[in-house]
Amino acid sequence: MSTIAATEEMAEDLAGRRGWPLHIVVFLAPAVLVYSLFSIYPLIDTIRLSLFTTDEAGLYHFVGLDNFGRLIGDPTWSGPFWNAFRNNLVFFAIHMVVQNGIGLGLAMLLSLPDLAGRNLYRTLIFLPTMLSVVIIGFIWQLMLSPLWGVAETFLGFFGLGGYFGPWLGQETTALATISLISVWQFIGIPMMLIYAALLNIPDDLVDAATVDGAGPFHVFWQVKLPLIVPTLGIVSILTFVANFNAFDLIYAVKGALAGPNFSTDILGTFFYRTFFGYQLQVGNPTMGATVATMMLMIILVGVLIYLFGVQRRLQRHTF
Amino acid sequence: MSLPLRPRRMAVHGALLLYTLIAIGPILLILLNAFKTRRAIFSDPLGFPDGRSFTLIGFDSVLEKSEFGLYFLNSLTVTVGSLALVVVFGAMAAWALTEYRFRGNTLLALYLAIGIMVPIRLGSVSILRMMVEFDLVNTLTALVLVYVAQGLPLAILILGEFMQQIPRDLRDAARCDGVSEYRIFFSIILPLVRQAIATVAVFTMVPIWNDLWFPLILAPGDGKQTVTLGVQQFIGQYVTDWNAVLASLTLAIAPILVLYVLFSRHLVRGLTAGAVK
Repeated sequence: MSTIAATEEMAEDLAGRRGWPLHIVVFLAPAVLVYSLFSIYPLIDTIRLSLFTTDEAGLYHFVGLDNFGRLIGDPTWSGPFWNAFRNNLVFFAIHMVVQNGIGLGLAMLLSLPDLAGRNLYRTLIFLPTMLSVVIIGFIWQLMLSPLWGVAETFLGFFGLGGYFGPWLGQETTALATISLISVWQFIGIPMMLIYAALLNIPDDLVDAATVDGAGPFHVFWQVKLPLIVPTLGIVSILTFVANFNAFDLIYAVKGALAGPNFSTDILGTFFYRTFFGYQLQVGNPTMGATVATMMLMIILVGVLIYLFGVQRRLQRHTF
Repeated sequence: MSLPLRPRRMAVHGALLLYTLIAIGPILLILLNAFKTRRAIFSDPLGFPDGRSFTLIGFDSVLEKSEFGLYFLNSLTVTVGSLALVVVFGAMAAWALTEYRFRGNTLLALYLAIGIMVPIRLGSVSILRMMVEFDLVNTLTALVLVYVAQGLPLAILILGEFMQQIPRDLRDAARCDGVSEYRIFFSIILPLVRQAIATVAVFTMVPIWNDLWFPLILAPGDGKQTVTLGVQQFIGQYVTDWNAVLASLTLAIAPILVLYVLFSRHLVRGLTAGAVK
């Protein structure tokens, strides 16, 4: 393990030559060691592995960027990869619009002055977020099951029973259904973050606008919304990272094959199948590392766009 | 003026109530039906269990056919073990970064923050290779090590923000009395950041308890399954036994519900604290 040696050497070096007092090293060492060894090193090593391939004997050969070429260009790899990428974009788009839209709406309502029962609403709406994605997946799978018929009965109350379908099982509706289940679970996060931002808007600003004759609707669009744009930026990047790293829900509801016919396959499930294998397909660690590296790059691009594009522009508006 | 206000308030409550029902309805539905006979589950899914339809048969078969107690113990061990290490290591590192000025301080803080945005999951290929090499596959130790690495960045960030607010006089006085840096940290600072530790605890615990990925990759068998993985495997096997499926879901939900009732205050404060600037 070259990293352990390197870290020790670094610690010694820093403690000795540059005169770091021992207690600083003692305070930092455990966290830095565990974090470097089990988080940073594996990430770097994964990038390294993506440049290799294995032969039948299990030996590693350096192949440069060939794996990436295969992932993007070779039809056996690029078909599933682009399919997963497209599905992931849809998954993200639905979260951005529905999850963050409803989250914003709920936060707006919760932040109204003198609202009775505010804490109770907030606590209950946040509840699903606390539960395991796997459990949520099974709950909705049961509820949407035509066998049980709960969803159908429920729609029947509103005279909509005829619209019910096996949404999780149809190729055309499965991805949207899964996305909405995930939206349902995580709506509490944008709601809480936006709610906190709304509470922080100084009353004077709202009062001043009201005195000037602005109605509540106008106050929201012209005064409050521009002030919470930084929070909306944070919510967006958090959604992006979580969505492009998602796996559990689809694995729980649809299994590693992300059916029907890969219509719910996203990068997380594609990564799992590539790395671990499924059914008769044997797992391929180096291609798995390649997929992981692609996901890492996609996430980094998103974070960089946020840091340098969105956030920098926002700073001019913050007060 | 008050007349048009009232209906508007009613509409607000109506909307919030509706969404609250959407949010907790499915969970209540599962909890309700877990205590009903198979016949009642299908004939009257929305009804409360009564004298005739009440049964615990689902729970009996879960406890009989799976090692739920063991899964629970595994989850508890992993979560508590990881949490303790995240809090202690995280607090120590956060203290060093906020209190002492040393060369590379900012750089180290940035390095430790990478993990907040970059998911450690993407390093799984190498993590598995390492665990095979260390002979830690199918052990809870492997999970604890990964979860500590995963939890540290956010813990250091949150604890650091709280530690910055501790007044200087306290530790300066202690230093004048010749108290060692270690005692200042463990006897003065740690007790002062109790609130922040509670927040960190909630943020660290929940993702660990709920995680499927690492148990699936690193410890999928040998009786080392966590509750999340155990339930996933159990339901895959007994998918047609509705009583058992509903009971296993209820057993998996219950501990989190209890924790949430106890800790929701800390969680809300943690989520909203970031914006209070």
